[in-house]
Amino acid sequence: MVQEKIIAMLAEATDTDAAEITADTKFADLGIDSLDMTEMAMDLEDEFGITLEMSPELSTVGKLTEAVEKLVEA
Amino acid sequence: MRRVVITGMGAVTPIGNNVAEFKEALFAGKNGIDTVTHFDVSDSKWTLAGEVKNFDAAAIFGKPAAKNTDMFTLFAMAAADEAMEQSGLQGKIESDRIGVCFGSGIGGIETLCTEHRNLLEKGSRKVSPRFVPKMIYNIAAGNLAIRYNANGPCTAVSTACATGATAIGEGYRTILHGYADAMICGGSEAAINALCMAGFGNCQALSTATDKDNACMPFDKRRNGFIMAEGAGVMILEDYDHAVARGANIIAEVCGYGSTCDAHHVTAPDPEAKYTAKAFLDAYADCGVPAEKIYVNAHGTSTPLNDATETAALKRAFGEDAKKLHISSTKSMTGHMLGATGAVEAIAAVLALTEGIVPPTINYKEPDPELDLDYTPNTAVKADLELALSSNLGFGGHNAVVAFKKV
Repeated sequence: MVQEKIIAMLAEATDTDAAEITADTKFADLGIDSLDMTEMAMDLEDEFGITLEMSPELSTVGKLTEAVEKLVEA
Repeated sequence: MRRVVITGMGAVTPIGNNVAEFKEALFAGKNGIDTVTHFDVSDSKWTLAGEVKNFDAAAIFGKPAAKNTDMFTLFAMAAADEAMEQSGLQGKIESDRIGVCFGSGIGGIETLCTEHRNLLEKGSRKVSPRFVPKMIYNIAAGNLAIRYNANGPCTAVSTACATGATAIGEGYRTILHGYADAMICGGSEAAINALCMAGFGNCQALSTATDKDNACMPFDKRRNGFIMAEGAGVMILEDYDHAVARGANIIAEVCGYGSTCDAHHVTAPDPEAKYTAKAFLDAYADCGVPAEKIYVNAHGTSTPLNDATETAALKRAFGEDAKKLHISSTKSMTGHMLGATGAVEAIAAVLALTEGIVPPTINYKEPDPELDLDYTPNTAVKADLELALSSNLGFGGHNAVVAFKKV
């Protein structure tokens, strides 16, 4: 559910087909920059009622999904 | 001495979203002013504007770019794409020999308002990371440099309502003095916004007219303020030898530029018009053409002060010959595009010169006995023109006049 939301946001932000984005997709490979990442973090905070600090370690869809899921469960 | 020519032009205006549409409307005397649709004006004293119509940024640039870029930059990109395409310059010049001189009077004010609302309603964590790079007024220039890989001088100018003319004039000098072989020049604006309209309105600059055909009335006795508009104009300026060597289509030559300041008052022009006159003379000095062969695209905002001062400036600069000049204010059709207006009007001046047609000042019904020059009322006129001047005067006392002649 979190991953689907992230993929939908990425598809929208980059005008890419959602079917082409998987857990292994690196953000860098989608051509998105730090501004896109910060904007997406804000949208995720609103969507899930969390406070998310972005970091370079969160470099793939899967890693970001895991981080958001932990915050949602906490 | 180097010579500077125009090899491409592009425009997004309230009367046409490219130069061909703009030209047709310009000579036909089309009115681009109507009731504001960008925001709800039911609470506003100022309800008319010259809005750009049918401009679908997402269709032109894709959804992400349309979302991440303020409209003033999107207008700039559309006009610049047209101008660059016409010039055929892409790939025909070393990247560090092409630069940008492009401005805006206001910048991304819609973005500013949106993000300020986010700050007040949701707090500082919810201000978009794109806020600053969408809003700052130099970002249209920056985006154009990225778009065409222009590594030469990239400058943003802001001289309020003279911005577009200043950008063309400074770009012309950049080539003239050898700092670049081509420059992407002009201005853009997208400030038909509740805050901006209220600000201009409360400083007594805007017309409160509600009848679109009797609202923007430059040089008419009934004139009572300007009508806000939006758009962008771009000229590709190029060193003459460079243009000839690559077989470029040369549209016209930039032959002069005058730049002065009233140093008088923040909004009101100096009624003696001494330095507006000097800007005309400085632009015209090197061109030496009889007055009856000159077209002046006047700033002609339709404010009581501007149109009187500009008339005084022309009389001061040209003496008795001022009566022989072909003059018009194309703002009567477009409204006042602020930072874009000088660039779009420079294009109008060049079109008049190359087509031999003086565009009209529409909505002109009641002559003002004090303003007794030939403002080309209501209908375009054929004329054998050798020189076109475009003048723009801005808050802050900025006066900028650019001069064009046939090659």
